[in-house]
Amino acid sequence: MQLSEKLISSFLAFELDTDINSTIHGIRTSAIKKFEELGFPTRKLENWKYTSLNRVIKEDYTVFSKKKNVLDFKNVKDYFIDNIESYKIVIVDGFFDPFLSQTSHDGLDICIMSAALNKPKYSKIIKKYFNKTANSEDSLTSLNTAFSKEGAYIHVPKNTVLEKPVEIIHFATGNEAALMLQPRNLIVVEESSEVEIIESHQSLTDNPVFTNSVTEIFSEKNSKIDYYKIQDDVVTSSLIDNTYISQKRDSDVKVHTFSFGGKLIRNNLNFFQNDKSINSTMKGVTIIDYDQFVDHHTLVHHANPNCESHQDYKGIYSGKSTGVFNGKIIVDKIAQKTNAFQQNNNILLDDKSTINSKPQLEIFADDVKCSHGCTIGQLDQDALFYLRARGIPKKEAKALLTYAFANNVLESVNIPELKYKVKKIIAKKLGVSLGFDL
Amino acid sequence: MAYTEEELKKELETQEYAYGFVTNIEADTFPKGLNENIVRAISKRKEEPNWMTEWRLSAYRAWEKMEEPNWANVKYAKPDFQKISYYSAPKSKDKYESLDEVDPELLKTFDKLGISIDEQKKLAGVAVDIVVDSVSVATTFKKTLSEKGIIFCSISEAIREYPELVRKYIGTVIPPKDNFYSALNSAVFSDGSFCYIPKGVKCPMELSTYFRINQAGTGQFERTLVIADSDSYVSYLEGCTAPSRDENQLHAAVVELIALDDAEIKYSTVQNWFPGNKNGKGGVYNFVTKRGICHKNSKISWTQVETGSAVTWKYPSCILKGDNSIGEFYSIAVTNNYQQADTGTKMIHIGKNTKSTIISKGISAGKSQNSYRGLVQVNAKAENARNFSQCDSLLMGNKCGAHTFPYIEAKNNSAMVEHEASTSKIGEDQIFYCNQRGIDTEKAIALIVNGFSKEVLNKLPMEFAVEAQKLLEISLEGSVG
Repeated sequence: MQLSEKLISSFLAFELDTDINSTIHGIRTSAIKKFEELGFPTRKLENWKYTSLNRVIKEDYTVFSKKKNVLDFKNVKDYFIDNIESYKIVIVDGFFDPFLSQTSHDGLDICIMSAALNKPKYSKIIKKYFNKTANSEDSLTSLNTAFSKEGAYIHVPKNTVLEKPVEIIHFATGNEAALMLQPRNLIVVEESSEVEIIESHQSLTDNPVFTNSVTEIFSEKNSKIDYYKIQDDVVTSSLIDNTYISQKRDSDVKVHTFSFGGKLIRNNLNFFQNDKSINSTMKGVTIIDYDQFVDHHTLVHHANPNCESHQDYKGIYSGKSTGVFNGKIIVDKIAQKTNAFQQNNNILLDDKSTINSKPQLEIFADDVKCSHGCTIGQLDQDALFYLRARGIPKKEAKALLTYAFANNVLESVNIPELKYKVKKIIAKKLGVSLGFDL
Repeated sequence: MAYTEEELKKELETQEYAYGFVTNIEADTFPKGLNENIVRAISKRKEEPNWMTEWRLSAYRAWEKMEEPNWANVKYAKPDFQKISYYSAPKSKDKYESLDEVDPELLKTFDKLGISIDEQKKLAGVAVDIVVDSVSVATTFKKTLSEKGIIFCSISEAIREYPELVRKYIGTVIPPKDNFYSALNSAVFSDGSFCYIPKGVKCPMELSTYFRINQAGTGQFERTLVIADSDSYVSYLEGCTAPSRDENQLHAAVVELIALDDAEIKYSTVQNWFPGNKNGKGGVYNFVTKRGICHKNSKISWTQVETGSAVTWKYPSCILKGDNSIGEFYSIAVTNNYQQADTGTKMIHIGKNTKSTIISKGISAGKSQNSYRGLVQVNAKAENARNFSQCDSLLMGNKCGAHTFPYIEAKNNSAMVEHEASTSKIGEDQIFYCNQRGIDTEKAIALIVNGFSKEVLNKLPMEFAVEAQKLLEISLEGSVG
């Protein structure tokens, strides 16, 4: 049976399992209908021109993991960030793991989606925010909406600055031969509050995992959100990450995406600027090899005056890997004084690697400053020679230059422990034991 | 200041299309509609050999099965292909031996167009082939050219006189089935220009074609084929005008360029079809397929100034097949009132050490939409391919839009590809600076637009550059918003 058929037929079973009287029952039903109508996206769609899901959806995935698995902290310790105090939301095979997690209800809510969806005290917020910014015309988002059950739920009330970051980790234990996961996250940050979030997905075995995640983020007036995505999974797992961010006046949201692993990664990162003087930043580093595939699709919708957006994506591709960058900026008629900047730099290291880049501007206002730049090139041979002439071996010299190329993005990471971890991953990826702390 | 912004805007809106006259020449027009018989009839009227008729018919059959594409960023009422007349020729004798035989009305038309088929052109050194309502009516300087072995004539003449050349090259760069409009053109093209530069010859003068749609209810489907044999050089110019009419007219041309080893072709276009009136009524639909193929060490350079047409949809492209070949694209696209333009280029790098440059300047005013759409593709075997692209947009007023859709695909690790784009408006401080020095707002804008487009204007041959500059000024006078 094809995966899409399997999903549609499992929906009935899923509905029986969950509360049919739940407030979002109607949303789920219309979402599955949308998915039934659209199916999985194909390369015939302009947005999927370069990305084929065929090699991902051909596996026979189990749609719901049957049992809860318990993980021992010492076995998964490496996947957390070292030496840092943090809130933790840990989800194992789609189920919340209360032992590894460290949630909080102390003046704020850092807990899980299933609680938020089922407990009456959250119903007001769910009603106000759930599925409000996610694109209900998108097939994969609709699929996630239909099966939305578990994920992270974070609600930060007014004037609250979180003193430690929130780590969200999704583990797949490999108990199923092939598993499909659909986490759904909702993050609401109220007026003048600040939060830092680190999200990652991790398979513990080589069994194929297909994650179709949707995250909705609401950044209210004058709030500040730093969101970090670490995508360093095993090469048998695939990830489709749909993130929708709705911003209000004077808010500042930054999203950093580090894509190092996985078989296929597709990031759909969407920013909607719903008021004046908003700042949106998205940055990313992609370093991949073998036949890995990473696709970054960004959309910034400037719908109001005096807003800014900054994009900076760096990609380094070796082996037979393929990278896609599609950055879309829309500036509405009334969004005067918009300042939108976009940059995409790529390095191809092998002659089998490919990059497809499509920076796209759609501008309807005249008093704007919009620019984009895109380059594809190689490491500077002169710089390489310079380093080697000073006794640095070729591999290390290449690694240093690569690191320098990606450094612009790393510089704006505000959590030192996280920066250290990313640097370590980059060194590992490049096969060197440098700390890059020169 | 003599002008206020409002006055300037008004003047701009009422700016008349200077080329919007109709010439009363009796025309021989086919009944409206399209079917196999019409295709056969066109072919027969042109006294074409059998293979050409068959070639047209196979294109027509392919076209019947195709659907009109709608991916471009333009909105328009789709033309009804059964309401167009596919052949319209100025009624006159078949051929002109000399200019004296040409209908004096027609000559007046050329005068109004500013094309003088006389001494002036001799001084300017331009050989002109003129196509009115899809039929080539006059070719100048044939003799001078033939001394060098250069063939410059209408394509129907070429099909009769040089069938082996035409047969060898036609449809090789743009196959009839390439797209909807190229298939339509291949089936019904009525005339166009043909140019062949023999080995080692540098064409001594600019070759030029003027296109004009005169008859109402006709579509213009011309076909241009330029072949530059090894080590030759040619510079080719193309200009277009049409009368003001309420209904939309269709122009679907195909231009094929073939640059053999070490050859160079420079192709320049000043497109000034009727853009519709200020309410967006009428105007020409300009759906053109242009493509060139570069063999070893050859170079193709496209330069275009697009100021006319209600809807423009064209992507002059280069296939860089041979090693060390070079493709260039320089474009200025100006849209005003309700005009829409979706234009750009494709650079396909196949050979080693191939280079391409793209400079595109978009200027939008009024309620127009201006898009740049381009593809830079570096194939796996294109070692050391190099591309530089720059597309800048200038917006005037907040009712227009500027869009960029660049596609960049690299499959080779030695490729160097750079792309940059910017969007901005004319700075108030820039205008203020000019005003302060006694230059009025209108002139200041012309000055700034000229500066903005200079990189492209510089690429045009002298005679055209002056005309293009004038066109820019006419299209944009005082449209700061």
